[in-house]
Amino acid sequence: MATTTDAPVRAAAASPSPAPGRPPRLTDRRLAVAFISPAMLLLLTMSVFPLLWALYLSFTEYSVTRDVPPAWVGFANYADVVTSSEVHGRALTTLLYVVCAVGLQTVLGFTIAYLISRRKRGQGLLTLLFLVPMMLSPVVVGLFWRFMLDTQFGVVNSLLDSAGLGRVEWLTQQRTALLSLIVVDTWQWTPFIMLIALAGLTAVPKYLYEAASIDRASEWFRFRSITLPLVWPLLLIAVMFRAIEAFRQFDLVFILTNGGPGVSTETLSFHVYKVAFLGFDTGTASAYGILMVVVVIILAQFYLRYLDRIKER
Amino acid sequence: MATTVAEAVPADGAGSRPRRSRPARPAGARVRGAVEIVLLLVLAVVMVFPVVWMIETSIKEGRDVYAVPAQFWGFDVTLEHYRDVFVQRGGTGASDLAVAFRNSILVAGASTLLATALGVPAAWAYSRFDVKGKKDQLFFILSTRFMPPIVVVIPIFLMYRELGLINTQLGLILIYAAFNVPFTIWMMKGFVDEVPAEYEDAAMLDGYTRLQAFWKFTLPLLVPGIAATAVFALIFSWNEFVFAIFLTSSGDVRTAPPAIAGLIGGTTVDWGLIAASAVVFAAPVLLFAYLVRRHLVAGVTLGAVRR
Repeated sequence: MATTTDAPVRAAAASPSPAPGRPPRLTDRRLAVAFISPAMLLLLTMSVFPLLWALYLSFTEYSVTRDVPPAWVGFANYADVVTSSEVHGRALTTLLYVVCAVGLQTVLGFTIAYLISRRKRGQGLLTLLFLVPMMLSPVVVGLFWRFMLDTQFGVVNSLLDSAGLGRVEWLTQQRTALLSLIVVDTWQWTPFIMLIALAGLTAVPKYLYEAASIDRASEWFRFRSITLPLVWPLLLIAVMFRAIEAFRQFDLVFILTNGGPGVSTETLSFHVYKVAFLGFDTGTASAYGILMVVVVIILAQFYLRYLDRIKER
Repeated sequence: MATTVAEAVPADGAGSRPRRSRPARPAGARVRGAVEIVLLLVLAVVMVFPVVWMIETSIKEGRDVYAVPAQFWGFDVTLEHYRDVFVQRGGTGASDLAVAFRNSILVAGASTLLATALGVPAAWAYSRFDVKGKKDQLFFILSTRFMPPIVVVIPIFLMYRELGLINTQLGLILIYAAFNVPFTIWMMKGFVDEVPAEYEDAAMLDGYTRLQAFWKFTLPLLVPGIAATAVFALIFSWNEFVFAIFLTSSGDVRTAPPAIAGLIGGTTVDWGLIAASAVVFAAPVLLFAYLVRRHLVAGVTLGAVRR
C-alpha cells in the first residue's frame, strides 16, 4: 500500500501533533475522540434523534398529511393499540408465522449443517451453494416465488399437476398464503441457521469423538451427548436473531402477498405500515412501533437470561 | 470473535484435510453414508432450484415463459429480456431499470464508502484505547440496529421532509451509512484486536506519532478485513428495500429494488423481464459473497443484529 505523507498530516489537523516531549497520553485521548465522534454523530442524528421524535409523536395525535401540529394525548395511542382487536389478530398471525418459519428453518438448517459437516470433500462448495438464497434481496426473492407459486403458469403447480396432485391457489387462498410466506421465508433463511450451526459443528474438538469411539459409544449417543450440547447454545443464538428478524419482517410480505388475501398474511410490521402510510395516523403508528421495539427488547432479555443459565450448566 | 468463528467455515479446498486411515466400515455405515448423500443432494436441489428456474425464465422466449406445463428444457434461448432491462423498449435510450441500476450503484457505493470511512477509525479507537464507558458505547451502537425498519422509517420520513432530503440520493446514502456503521465498527473491532498493539508501540519508539503508526503499520494489515466488511455493507445497501421505497418516489432517484418491485404493477406481468432484471441485480451480490466467503459467519451473525 502506498503510504503518502500528506494524508496523515491532513488527518492530524483534527488533533494537532504534540510538541516534542509532551506525554503521548493526551494525544491518544484526542485521537480517540476525533476517530469516534463522527460515527457517533451519524448514529445520533440518524437513529436516536428519529427514535426520540417517534417517541414524542406516540404521545400525540398527529397526521403527516394534515397541517395541524401534534396535540398531546398522553397514553391514549398506546391504549388504542393494546386494546385493538385488529392488533390482537395481527399478533396471532405474526406469532404463527414466526414460530412456524423459525422452527422449520432451525430443523432444516441444522440437518443440512450436520450432513455437510460429515462430508469430507466438497464442504466449501456445498456451503456456498446453500448460501445463495440468503444473499438475495427480499424483492428478488419475493418476485421469484410469486412467479413460481402462480396458480396458472407457476412451476410449483406444474410439478404438482404432473405428480397428479392437482393445483393449489397458493397466494390467493387464506390458509395457503400464510403457508407460502412461511415456505419462502424458510427458503431464504435456512442458510443462516445452517451457517451458524456449521460453525458450531466444526468447532467441536475432535478428541471428544475419538474418546467416545474408544468407549465404543454409538453414533446416536455421540450425537446426543457430544455434538448437540456443544452446538446448542450457538444454535439458540441463531434462533433468536432469526426470530427478531421474522418478527419485523416487512419486505417479503409486501412483495409476496401484500398482506392478503383479506388480512390473512398481515403481520404486525405490515399493519404498522398500513396505519402509518395508508391511514396516515402517524401518532398511533409511532406508539405501535415503539411497543414493538419494547416487546422485542423484553423478550430478548428473557431469552438471553435463559441462554446464560444454559451456558452455566 | 471475527476470526475464531470465521475459521470454522470451511473455505474451498478445506475439505481435503489429511485422511485418517479407518478400519473397514460395516455395511450399515455404508448404507447410512449413501442415504446422507442422497438427502443432502435433494436438499441442495430444492435450495438451488428457484435460482436456476429464474435464470432459465430470463432466457426463454415469451411464450415458453407462460407454457403449461412448465418447460424445463428444450426451449428457444433469447436474450431479448436482458436487452429490455437496459434499453428502452422500441427506443434507443436507457430504460428506467438501467437508470435505477445506476442509482443503486451510486447509493450503495457512496454509503459503503461513508460507513467504512467512519467505522474503521472508530473501531480502531475502541480497540486500542480505554474509552470511557466503552462497553456501554459499543452496546449502544449495536442496539441502534434492534429497531424494525418500518418503525424507523416513520420518523426518518418526517425528519427528511423537514430537511428536504425526501426523494434524494443523499438521503438514502446517509441512512444506509447509519445502518452500516454499527456493523462496520463491530466487525472491524474484531479484526483490529487481531493485530498486536505492539506493532504500533514499536513504530512509536521509532519516532512515529500514534496516528502515523496507525496509518503506516496497522491500516495496511487491516485491508482484507476492511474489504470483507465493506462488501457486507455493500450487499446490505444494494438489497435494501423498505427505506428505498418510502423515502424516494421519482424514477430518476429510485434505486433498483423498488424499481424491480414496480414491474409487478398493472394488469399483465412480464415475468421474463422481471427474471432478467432479478438476475442482473443478483449477480454482483453473488460475486461479492463469493469473494468474502471466508468471513461469512462473522459478517452474517452481526448482520442479523445490524438490521
